[in-house]
Amino acid sequence: MDEPESKVWNGLFWVIQLFICINAVAKSFLQESKGRMLYFYSIASPADFVLAKLLFNSLLMLLMSLLSLLLFILFLGNPLQKAGQFVGLVLLGGWSLSLVFTFLAAIAAKAQQNAAIMAVLGFPIIIPQLLLLMKLSSAAFAPLLIIPLNTVLLLIALDVMVVLLAVILFPFLWKD
Amino acid sequence: MYKSWWKIASIILLLYTFTAGFLLEVPRLPPLQETIRNLYFHVCMWFAMMILFTISVVNAVRYLRTFNQKYDIYARQYAVMAIVLGLLGYITGAIWASYTWADPNKPVMNSFSSIARDPKLIGAAIALLVYFAYLILRDSIQDMDKKARISAVYNIFAYAILFPAIWILPRILPSLHPGNDGNPALDVKNDISGNMRMVFYPAVIGWTLLAVWITTLKIRLSLLKEKKMMS
Repeated sequence: MDEPESKVWNGLFWVIQLFICINAVAKSFLQESKGRMLYFYSIASPADFVLAKLLFNSLLMLLMSLLSLLLFILFLGNPLQKAGQFVGLVLLGGWSLSLVFTFLAAIAAKAQQNAAIMAVLGFPIIIPQLLLLMKLSSAAFAPLLIIPLNTVLLLIALDVMVVLLAVILFPFLWKD
Repeated sequence: MYKSWWKIASIILLLYTFTAGFLLEVPRLPPLQETIRNLYFHVCMWFAMMILFTISVVNAVRYLRTFNQKYDIYARQYAVMAIVLGLLGYITGAIWASYTWADPNKPVMNSFSSIARDPKLIGAAIALLVYFAYLILRDSIQDMDKKARISAVYNIFAYAILFPAIWILPRILPSLHPGNDGNPALDVKNDISGNMRMVFYPAVIGWTLLAVWITTLKIRLSLLKEKKMMS
């Protein structure tokens, strides 16, 4: 079998990451029963609750990212020139995706909708970050290109902002 | 004449835009020539759109602080009007691109795929999609208070993620659209001469005021509907 060239590999990888994230993270809010939410409501503050969710989903997504990277390398070959940097970007990307989608899952769960509305809400918001990640990670396939640090910092700043927004805005979703 | 000075100002500024915009001298840059006058329409649409989205998000914040249903209606109507402006911006941009970016040796539609791939166009499309999603989210919730609360949260979240992304992203990715190494449309050194700024700034203010005027009419209408429903 032919192995896909590096551009296709990269694009495919990030699209699969996106779908992994939607399916993995959507569970976190949509599967909670009403009774359990009430229990959480009585024992924790909204900020603590959302931080715990963000933390759990981040770890879950980091694990999933590494797993899918492993499967990609096993099944589609390894076009990576700078594996270490790419793994770092994969972890950063997985973290970004999981943060954004955790908060969107909270919104979708409150709207009493299925995972479909989460995709509708999330796709447009995540595309800019995904474009940045793809552009960054394409540098990991060429030996001479260097990954621009500014863009990495920009992504980290966006992630920090998402966490802050989640902590500020979640209390409004929480009370019913 | 109660508080109507800004409506008159809007009309006067727009009349000025249409007369001065078509009559004043403009620099003749090689690929643009006379199409540069579209700056007074195309770029103003995007400016007005961003201003209206900002007003919408401010009203969402006000809603979350007061839980007054009025602000939710404000936020929704400003978002809808901003979407309309965005669509107008797309149309004016498409007309402009068909004269400047399209390959003159082929029919205009043949250049579509190479033009539509431009990161700035994608960024604008994403901005509109986000607010379409906002409208879908609103309509999917039955309960009035819940609808207002959740859509206000989404509005703030989307605005805060999206706008940095669409302001920064097009400057990192390569693009045909002007304004890559700085401020789109306001690049004083290269793009527009002082002469053009005399029309451009009033045009931005005029279009924005017109959009706000239309929105206030729609807000009054939906407030009346609300009142009728309540009674």
